[in-house]
Amino acid sequence: MNAVDRIAVCETPLDVAGEYAALQGSSGDGACALFVGSVRDFNAGRDVCGLALEHYPGMTEKSLQGIIVDARSRWPLGRVAIVHRVGPMQINDEIVFIGVTSPHRQAAFAACQYMMDRLKTEAPFWKRETVSDQSGNTSQRWIEARASDAEEMDKWSAG
Amino acid sequence: MVKVLFFARLRQQLGRGEMTLADFSGSLGDLRETLCEQHPDWRAHLQREDIRMAVNQALADTGERVQAGDEVAFFPPVTGG
Repeated sequence: MNAVDRIAVCETPLDVAGEYAALQGSSGDGACALFVGSVRDFNAGRDVCGLALEHYPGMTEKSLQGIIVDARSRWPLGRVAIVHRVGPMQINDEIVFIGVTSPHRQAAFAACQYMMDRLKTEAPFWKRETVSDQSGNTSQRWIEARASDAEEMDKWSAG
Repeated sequence: MVKVLFFARLRQQLGRGEMTLADFSGSLGDLRETLCEQHPDWRAHLQREDIRMAVNQALADTGERVQAGDEVAFFPPVTGG
């Protein structure tokens, strides 16, 4: 792994401020782009109470490393961080942090989006939601992959 | 011995997350067929078109060679992020 890459899969809350500080602090780059994904309170027409994330230890880290390597081949990047939480989570908890630094803002924006699109379609994570109905009864369901995520990824191949 | 892993929805459908196959050598497609023959009720789940497969933690297709010491995984489309 590149000395300035950070890859982490954790069961504890994400420290977004700390991740940003570590990413930007000593890079010397003028641009830093971040994406933070959080647990939202609705999905596919249902109220969501929380979710749990499962992953494939070992393959997950390899997959994320491959994504970073490919991003570095496309854009001039300084520091790169991908941090993903697994296990049980509540509404508004941060799930994923992706951050990149670069001499140029266009590269930073593009690389951040590219890595997120790759992660959504390749990295072995799976979400299981807890949803409630109008009577307040709760149940659990695995989230299905969305065609729109694959379409976003396809744009990078076309480009 | 080949280690076989199942994740997420598939793990729940099959009722287990891990198993081993002794003395297996062949293609990944052969391995899947072996599992379906041993567990006929798994066939509908393991042979779904959207099920992904990995050998030694890299995505693979049915033609991939599998041999003793390998780790094979089956899982549904990913939904992280």
